[in-house]
Amino acid sequence: MTLKGAFFAASALVSVSATALTAEVLTIATVNNGDMIRMQGLTADFTEKTGHEVNWVTLEENVLRQRVTTDVTTKGGSFDIMTIGMYETPIWGANGWLVPLDDLSEGYDVDDILPAMRNGLSHDGTLYAAPFYGESSMIMYRTDLMEAAGLEMPDAPTWEFIREAAVAMTDRDAEINGICLRGKAGWGEGGALITVIANSFGARWFDENWTPQFDQPEWADALNFYVGLMNDAGPPGYATNGFNENLSLFQQGKCGMWIDATVAASFVTNPDDSTVADKVGFALAPNHEGVEKRANWLWAWALGIPAGTQKEAAAKEFIEWATSKDYIELVAANEGWANVPPGARTSLYENPEYQKVPFAQKTLDSILAADPNNPTVDPVPYVGVQFVAIPEYAGIATDVSQEFSAVYAGQQTVAEALEKAQALTIDAMEAAGY
Amino acid sequence: MARAVTTQRKAINTAFAWGVGLLIFFPILWTILTSFKTEAQAISDPPVFLFFDWTLENYAVVQERSDYMRFLWNSIIIAGGSTILGVIIAVPAAWSMAFVPSPRTKDILLWMLSTKMLPAVGVLYPIYLLFIKLGWLDTQIGLVIVLMLINLPIIVWMLYTYFKEIPGEILEAARMDGATLKSEILYVLTPMAVPGIASTLLLNVILAWNEAFWTLNLTAAKAAPLTAFIASYSSPEGLFYAKLSAASVMAIAPILIMGWFSQKQLVRGLTFGAVK
Repeated sequence: MTLKGAFFAASALVSVSATALTAEVLTIATVNNGDMIRMQGLTADFTEKTGHEVNWVTLEENVLRQRVTTDVTTKGGSFDIMTIGMYETPIWGANGWLVPLDDLSEGYDVDDILPAMRNGLSHDGTLYAAPFYGESSMIMYRTDLMEAAGLEMPDAPTWEFIREAAVAMTDRDAEINGICLRGKAGWGEGGALITVIANSFGARWFDENWTPQFDQPEWADALNFYVGLMNDAGPPGYATNGFNENLSLFQQGKCGMWIDATVAASFVTNPDDSTVADKVGFALAPNHEGVEKRANWLWAWALGIPAGTQKEAAAKEFIEWATSKDYIELVAANEGWANVPPGARTSLYENPEYQKVPFAQKTLDSILAADPNNPTVDPVPYVGVQFVAIPEYAGIATDVSQEFSAVYAGQQTVAEALEKAQALTIDAMEAAGY
Repeated sequence: MARAVTTQRKAINTAFAWGVGLLIFFPILWTILTSFKTEAQAISDPPVFLFFDWTLENYAVVQERSDYMRFLWNSIIIAGGSTILGVIIAVPAAWSMAFVPSPRTKDILLWMLSTKMLPAVGVLYPIYLLFIKLGWLDTQIGLVIVLMLINLPIIVWMLYTYFKEIPGEILEAARMDGATLKSEILYVLTPMAVPGIASTLLLNVILAWNEAFWTLNLTAAKAAPLTAFIASYSSPEGLFYAKLSAASVMAIAPILIMGWFSQKQLVRGLTFGAVK
């Protein structure tokens, strides 16, 4: 062996030993969404680059939320990285339950994260979770049915146009519903949609003194409009429809329009699963005539590190890998540009390859149109578009959405539901000390 | 005297029994069928029943994505361990309540059962904090003990009911022949109560196998059983029903097969003492 060869052999040995010494096994809690499944499949790339192994704990969204909340509040240390959303991140960050992500490497380019996402995942200007993918809501519609109805979808329609189009596209005999919208109870299901509809009608959850606003006419207008629209042009049993039920209906050609998460665009345009893949158009979520705010929400699934983990350095390495520009390139190379995690980085939308994806621009426009700091027409004391970022909100909104779902199922009137919503929200807020 | 049953009546009863049986089994059958469909076929409307292109793709995907054997092994250890430990504790407890009852025995039995009436989530935080202190989070031993404690009231109640059917005179006779307490329980009582003990074991294995609150909340990557395996295929944003069905079939198959082979024992035990 030459001297040079011996030197390289020794260097390689030292390098391998160093990797072995610092290699960690990370436990990551996540949800079973398409983008996360792809991430799990590409983990070998991370292990190859860093030497760290990854154990995945994949759970259903509500189970995950309960599981990671229990662990982070008790400092259980079961996970080194948690997949959390925009609702939890600022609250947990404020409580000191998450490690601040304020020392990410220069190459990571934190300024490339879309400002709306960065703000929504920060508390007092400090980032506490890095967005893996972001979403807003937008209109997905059948171009062929719209044309047959003799209408043309504007880029930014009003609710009044949506109603006209939905009625025109409805064909009960052919089982085509003009519009499919969430009605299922749950703060993240129907509760999220009715909140953004309310925003677009000028309503709000609380005034600046944290007084519930369900007794205001804007809420009655929004709820009456939704119920009327769905009764005239929605699918039967819409009170129990959530994201998956509507996705199924749309993919089978049974919806003229569907207003829901922007990530659904890749599902409905996938010819393997959707019977209408080549007949889908996109538009911004609507607003009520004369109201500036639109019915588009803002959400991100993000990766955060629970305070107290013993593997903070390795966890940060993983977050930098999974939310980097290089990871997007890796997914594009393996799965195509339509399948890269959307809505997190500005550079993605400047990429000419990604600009060819039919729903890319509308997704970005929808995300940019949502403002979590000013979600409503009138000022509010909270942050969040389709939610209110306070710990009590999940419980209150679940109860309120159950009252609304009872209206959709024909079990009570809009006025009764709003009265109950007002009363239960007042009770809960008083009990919480507001 | 046995009642005369006409052939027509027999046919009606048989058809009715089959109908009820199929109705109860239908969700499982549908899950099995869905596991062999593509995701598009799984949600098709009208639904396809038997005439579709059967595929094993979902099983291949699930096998590739998850370490099934690890989940299965954890389920076997947790369900088996908690049941055996529970029976070891419950046999002497049930013996004392059945054969040497105190004035408070009935109250104790009722109190034991009342612990089952508390919603599990009500004690999640205390148990979780205890587990952190004991270092039992995400361990098989922690889950074995929790599930044993949860099912113990049922095990004691079931065994108590079976033991009550055994005449106390037989045990007295054994005692007169010089049997110690240990010999009395091990060599006289237990063999006579085998059907009851067997059905108690089987029922508790099934309960522990399907337990999905504690097994999801107290595990992460190492000790997660098949309930966590199923939960990992449920998604609120995406239609993965065929894969979820494949995961469900893989999770229930072992317990279904065990139940099938032991159904005679199970039915015998459950009806033990029903007819005197």
